[in-house]
Amino acid sequence: MVQLFAKDEKIYPQRTHGLFRTLKWTAMVVLLGIYYAAPWLRYDRGPHVPDQAILIDLVGQRGYFFGIEIWPQEVYLLVGLLILAAIGLFFATSLLGRVWCGYACPQTVWTDLFVLVEHLIQGDRNARRKLDAAPWTLEKIWKKLLTHAIWLLIGLATGGAWVFYFNDAPTLLDGILHLDLPGLTLVWIIALTLSTYFMAGYARENICKFACPYARFQSAMFDRDTLIISYAGERGEPRGKHKIGTSWEGRGHCIDCTACVVVCPMGIDIRNGLQYECISCGLCVDACNNVMEKMKLPRGLIHYDTENNQHRRADEIARQAVPTRGRMKWIRPRTVFYAAILFLVGGLMLGAIVLRTETELNIIHNRSPLYVRLSDGTIRNNYQIKVLNKTHSDRDYAVKIDGLTTRRVELLGAGDVAVPSLRVPANSVGEFRVQVMAEPNASARVPVHFILTDRTTGKAASHDSYFIRP
Amino acid sequence: MSKKTKGNNSDPNVEVDPISGTETTGHDWDGLKELDTPAPRWWLTVWMITIVFAIGYWVVYPAWPSISGHTRGLFGWTQYTKLKAEQKEITDRQGAYLARFHSESFDQVRADPAVYEFARAGGAVVFKENCAACHGSGGEGRKGYPNLNDDDWLFGGKVDTIYHTIQVGSRSTDPDTHTTQMPKFGAILKRDEIQDVATYVLQLSHGTPANPGASWVRGQALFATNCVSCHGEGGVGNRDLGAPRLNDAIWLYGGRRADVVETITNARAGVMPTWKHRLSDDNQRMVALYVHSLGGGE
Repeated sequence: MVQLFAKDEKIYPQRTHGLFRTLKWTAMVVLLGIYYAAPWLRYDRGPHVPDQAILIDLVGQRGYFFGIEIWPQEVYLLVGLLILAAIGLFFATSLLGRVWCGYACPQTVWTDLFVLVEHLIQGDRNARRKLDAAPWTLEKIWKKLLTHAIWLLIGLATGGAWVFYFNDAPTLLDGILHLDLPGLTLVWIIALTLSTYFMAGYARENICKFACPYARFQSAMFDRDTLIISYAGERGEPRGKHKIGTSWEGRGHCIDCTACVVVCPMGIDIRNGLQYECISCGLCVDACNNVMEKMKLPRGLIHYDTENNQHRRADEIARQAVPTRGRMKWIRPRTVFYAAILFLVGGLMLGAIVLRTETELNIIHNRSPLYVRLSDGTIRNNYQIKVLNKTHSDRDYAVKIDGLTTRRVELLGAGDVAVPSLRVPANSVGEFRVQVMAEPNASARVPVHFILTDRTTGKAASHDSYFIRP
Repeated sequence: MSKKTKGNNSDPNVEVDPISGTETTGHDWDGLKELDTPAPRWWLTVWMITIVFAIGYWVVYPAWPSISGHTRGLFGWTQYTKLKAEQKEITDRQGAYLARFHSESFDQVRADPAVYEFARAGGAVVFKENCAACHGSGGEGRKGYPNLNDDDWLFGGKVDTIYHTIQVGSRSTDPDTHTTQMPKFGAILKRDEIQDVATYVLQLSHGTPANPGASWVRGQALFATNCVSCHGEGGVGNRDLGAPRLNDAIWLYGGRRADVVETITNARAGVMPTWKHRLSDDNQRMVALYVHSLGGGE
């Protein structure tokens, strides 16, 4: 029969231990801890405002992050955050290689967690292989069932935690426990439960290999001074099995034990050099170091290193010189460039947050018609005025117009009733209309300046517009 | 990368590329051979799923054309029923406001911000669909069609009066319509007399001149005989008749001498249809509120 697809071989990564495995465990605990705990942090903002430290209130159209409060108009801060995240990723990659992929990417973290569950129930690599190959016995059935049940529970917890970022967590948890929750929330929980289960349980390394765009364009951030996982071929080759007690003369230090291959979550052999699959997790480094220690050989046959260091060392060995220690070249045009963008965007965002005003004024000049001639010849211009009261209390505002000798100014509130001042409830936008009357015989277009004064604090906000005459 | 043969079968006659270990298609272009790299399994799986999905889609939704129409799908879904459902959703949402608007008087609506804004928004839509053709998209008017933003009203600028005008129109087919007709003074007055009246009328909005010319004096007398009955003493206008005010800065047909002379000579008779039978009562009331809110409402 014609086989229509490539066979993908399931990867059974073996457990290892060492510095990088510990780093990965630590990263997992810290990152998952932040993810699950963050929505439960409280932050007192006063009455009538949510007290959740991190909250994206889609219904109320507000974003809260501790002391920072974001209105839809300030969504550029979110854009800035995304730019920071992207450039931060590029920066880290150009310095340290794919550390994001190896330690912090959710795909990696959750896959690690799922493999941990597998390991606890079904045992290590060989036990899992054997179990998969074995016929369906009662033991296999309960082990598999338990694994998948726990995976689904983790998935449920993942989706469950996600929705807390968009709702008041204690209220929503109460709703979830009483099975009384909005349909959309339920959809999100189910979708994220299933996607977590599928991505970390089944897809795993395939996401990195086939679906992830970052894995593909990472090479653009790489150069010869980027840290990558490298196998010191000049020291390891020629490889071969080694009997304890025999001499190392005339052969490499690699004993071809494939410890580095069996621990690899991507299923590659790092000794073939840098490959696009490699997520720089360092597990092969741990595995090889453990073997080297047993063989009483120096560590670091597989290690984090740069391509430049590698070549230099190979060169030195070829010249029979003493190999020098690897050096990192941190300051390079691309790292400086990425750092500069980081500082620039970070500075702009900090500025935007620090300079954020509690009142904002927007004036829209009516364009249809541009002006109205009244019976007594007076020219009237109409304006739509929007006042954003970002404080947490009701405020009254006075409006003043600069740059124009007016005959009369009318503020119109709801019902077109003239109001003495603009009253805007806490944390909301007030819309009013302003009618400005001025004499007819002056220049056709005069710039005017609206000044809004908070009657409580005396703080002012302003907006430019113009007055049009025939 | 493993050096295992990647390919569709293990037929020894199939050529295998020695470098990649992948089978070739056997096609040869000037020594270049095409690798027969199989598709990844995930890709194939997704492809199969889309096929299964498509079959399900054909069953559930209208899909295949036939001679007399098309297959209907299991649940009889159509874009039209979807549209109707969505429209119903919107009218249901409007329902609460509409009920309040319907039962409230104009004064009550104006004291009820939520309903007032609802009515104004609805009125703006009705206005743009029905009234903007003559009065302009912002109610700014044009020659012969009154500007609705200003404070000059032929028949009055209270919400009730505006509502009445919308109902009956002007010189329309409605029995209660505004019907006043200005005579063509070209047939009554001589040409130079019309010029004199124009002089007087153009001066009206500027008060009595310090040293009136002979034309103005003649015009004043002619105005008193011919025009005052409708336009009032001093050209103050008459809203009951719909006779425009002449002593203000607003000219419906233009304020140049030639325009005024033309108006006196040939008379004017603007027409506005009755909207009683075209718009629902709620819509007429909404437009009245909207027009009133444009800035000239009384």
